[in-house]
Amino acid sequence: MDIFSDLRRLNKRQVYFQVLNFAMIISSALMIWKGLMVTTGSESPIVVVLSGSMEPAFYRGDLLFLTNYRADPVRAGEIVVFKIEGREIPIVHRVIKLHEKADGKVKFLTKGDNNEVDDRGLYKPGQLWVERDHVVGRARGFVPYVGIVTILMNDYPKLKYAVLGLLGLFVLIHRE
Amino acid sequence: MNTILARLNALFAFSLSVTAAVAFACFLTTNFLDYTQKVDIDVNKVVIKNMEEFYVGDRHDLGHIIFTLKANFTPVFNWNCKELFLYLMAEYETPQNKLNQVVLWDHIINRGENPVVNIRKRSNKYYFFDDGAFLRGNKLQISLHWNIIPNAGYLWRVPGGGSIALDLPESYGTSRI
Repeated sequence: MDIFSDLRRLNKRQVYFQVLNFAMIISSALMIWKGLMVTTGSESPIVVVLSGSMEPAFYRGDLLFLTNYRADPVRAGEIVVFKIEGREIPIVHRVIKLHEKADGKVKFLTKGDNNEVDDRGLYKPGQLWVERDHVVGRARGFVPYVGIVTILMNDYPKLKYAVLGLLGLFVLIHRE
Repeated sequence: MNTILARLNALFAFSLSVTAAVAFACFLTTNFLDYTQKVDIDVNKVVIKNMEEFYVGDRHDLGHIIFTLKANFTPVFNWNCKELFLYLMAEYETPQNKLNQVVLWDHIINRGENPVVNIRKRSNKYYFFDDGAFLRGNKLQISLHWNIIPNAGYLWRVPGGGSIALDLPESYGTSRI
């Protein structure tokens, strides 16, 4: 067990160095994420598919890359990720009906590929359409399976704490 | 590389990088291909009625369209195209809304299934309600589009060739649909 021998050789300077190293990693990850948010225009540029309502295109655990450029108008057939007021979880469905006025105000109806009916039953009571402000982003890129880790960590929160704890311990103790 | 843990770690990291490289190669090799195809659309019958739209509560125009569709998607499928999502879209303008887009019918073709589409005299799958009562005498642009769902990569939306213009009847119809 050479991690303990490493521990014994640590002095104050090395502890500071390790902590700064750790902080560098965290802040670069944050910078990349915020940078992505700015370049794509979306508040959540990478989302994990959480339900099976878009099968066989997207399964639970797939990763979607979103953009939300205001200048790019929403059109029927696009896959949009939107939030319903009062709900935290965004929904990934396809636009099947769209009405746009001359001033640019647009309202649309969505439906999951794997669902029999449109989403009116999912919207807030009294809400009939999704509007541009509800849209978090539009799906542009796709990578399969990678998001399974997020789903596992959400379903088994003990796993999340265990993984984070182990990672933290590893980074702090290991010398390289 | 002298403990099981170190070996497992190296194996895991290597397989992760290889999988990422393969996904990227899938994306690069197929992203810039031309996915357009010729499509034949024909409309057999159009009827417009006016009734109360479910959920909404107002009386809106309801269009009913019977169409024929012919297309061959064999060249569109490649190692990176796992599904083709086809949707038949009607586009029109009303005094109330500058742009209206309604999906009349959609279909999923997975890789491996029959890529030839030969639909004869099919009804629209989804209710074609207008956001108002402006369908009579209006003009529709009906076209087929498809969404390429890759194994990994960009989600292309391709407009199909062969869109047709359709003049809607001037008055409400009474024929049974």
